[in-house]
Amino acid sequence: MKRQFLSGPYILWMVLFTIIPLAIVVYYAFTDSITGAFTLKNLAAMGTYLPIFLRSIWLAVVSALICLVLGYPVAWCIAQAGPRAQRFLYMLVMLPMCISFLLRTLAWVSLLEDTGIINNLLGRLGIGPLRLVRNDGAVILGMVYNYLPYMIMPLYTVIMKIDHRLVEAAQDLGCGGSQVFLRVTLPLSVPGIISGVTMVFVPAVSTFYISQKLGGTTSTMIGDVIESQFKTAYNPNLGAALSLVLMILVLACIAVMNRFTGDDESVATI
Amino acid sequence: MKTASKVFTVAVFIFLYVPMLVLGIASFNSVSDVVVFRGFTFDNYKALFQDSVLLPLLLNSIIISVIASLAATVLGTAATLGIQRMGKRLRRVTMFMTNIPLTNPEIVTGVSLALLFAFVGQALKINSIMGFWTLLIAHITFNLPYVILSVQPKLTQMDPNLTSAALDLGCTPVQAFFKVVLHEIFPGIVSGALMAFTMSLDDFVISYFVYGPNFVTLPVEIYNYTKKPLHPKIYALFTLLFLVILLMMVVMNVLQARDTARHRNPRLRKSGGPIN
Repeated sequence: MKRQFLSGPYILWMVLFTIIPLAIVVYYAFTDSITGAFTLKNLAAMGTYLPIFLRSIWLAVVSALICLVLGYPVAWCIAQAGPRAQRFLYMLVMLPMCISFLLRTLAWVSLLEDTGIINNLLGRLGIGPLRLVRNDGAVILGMVYNYLPYMIMPLYTVIMKIDHRLVEAAQDLGCGGSQVFLRVTLPLSVPGIISGVTMVFVPAVSTFYISQKLGGTTSTMIGDVIESQFKTAYNPNLGAALSLVLMILVLACIAVMNRFTGDDESVATI
Repeated sequence: MKTASKVFTVAVFIFLYVPMLVLGIASFNSVSDVVVFRGFTFDNYKALFQDSVLLPLLLNSIIISVIASLAATVLGTAATLGIQRMGKRLRRVTMFMTNIPLTNPEIVTGVSLALLFAFVGQALKINSIMGFWTLLIAHITFNLPYVILSVQPKLTQMDPNLTSAALDLGCTPVQAFFKVVLHEIFPGIVSGALMAFTMSLDDFVISYFVYGPNFVTLPVEIYNYTKKPLHPKIYALFTLLFLVILLMMVVMNVLQARDTARHRNPRLRKSGGPIN
């Protein structure tokens, strides 16, 4: 019995439900919504959506960087704790992800609203209602909040694996605290940083729920446009073209980021 | 420096848990307004257990997640065993396919499956193809990579001599698999299955594109709800879910701690850190 035949059903499944669907996306992107004839019209329309694409990328990049700045010290702190505390803290990072992200985002809406919890508290201190929601800042906050655990997990895994003797060696050779960090710990964390940034960037750039709830009228993201093509405007061909461009964009971003590590499987292994 | 980073970490954890606190407090509020706490009540919990919409939807979500994660676990574990024996080129192609659902934005996966199902529905002249089966297929598809990626490291860590030893001692290959290999990779299978289950249970984006009116899961319904004001019994439901998951995680943590303590003494085991 050849053991590799055990993969047969899996490969068949993935071809049927991953490869063929993507081929259909490509097919739809290049056909007319009414006649079904070949057309470049859908892709030509991408020019109109360029500002939205750029906005989405910008918001996702900012969110990923904020996640990195917030997540790195946390991951470092968890990695310094004792084994039991580490397991517990890691669990605390994972736990919020188990609760409906829709509801957690809604909770932020009720915190930030003009008549929300924060403004209510500020009002009692005599500070007038601040405009905290329906702007890009709120969208970034929502994305940072939702995807921060995706940043902390790979960073923690990488920092955990850093050989402590290297840190000691650097100290012995006269490095101060910040030098040890900049010359040893940080360079060795690069694979985790790349992986974390990717894991935040991909869902952030394609989100549609967070921008609908926390964003203003000008905060439309590319995910919103795709969603509306399938759910309300019903132009699946244009939606397919947008999805295709989004997919290529994400793959290109991942490829660029993986250049930094020279490892094309870093997304998969962490 | 150390205290600073500890204070910072605590602040980030508070940030992560503020919304949960809001939901928890709202679940005990006597009015449906989240912002002002009018009085403490258990009414929302009573309303939840008398509810005839939310609980069946939660059941739907659980049915899909259980079946999808079990199917993905069996299919994925078998695949991992096969992948290990593949030639380099075939393995690369297979792992490339495995990475597609992981790297693709969820919305693209959802849209592509929706187009496939619509296409098949048209070809077979089925009017309402979206429903239980389309949800199940979609969930199995996005669960599979998680199973494979958590079983694979266990399989590569395993000492291949163990299988040879079992065969030498008179096991048939099938017996050797069930008595030795399965035992060694079991922690990977369990964590893969659990990961798949939680991913399925909370999935909204992909489900949203492939659900049908006859079979709706809880996250999709919440999305459709949010156009109207939410009833606080939803907060009650999620506060309960949060407590159940917290309890499960604590139990798992304690068991794991006991397990590592037991393994540490008899012999040093190869391990990739405390989280596997």
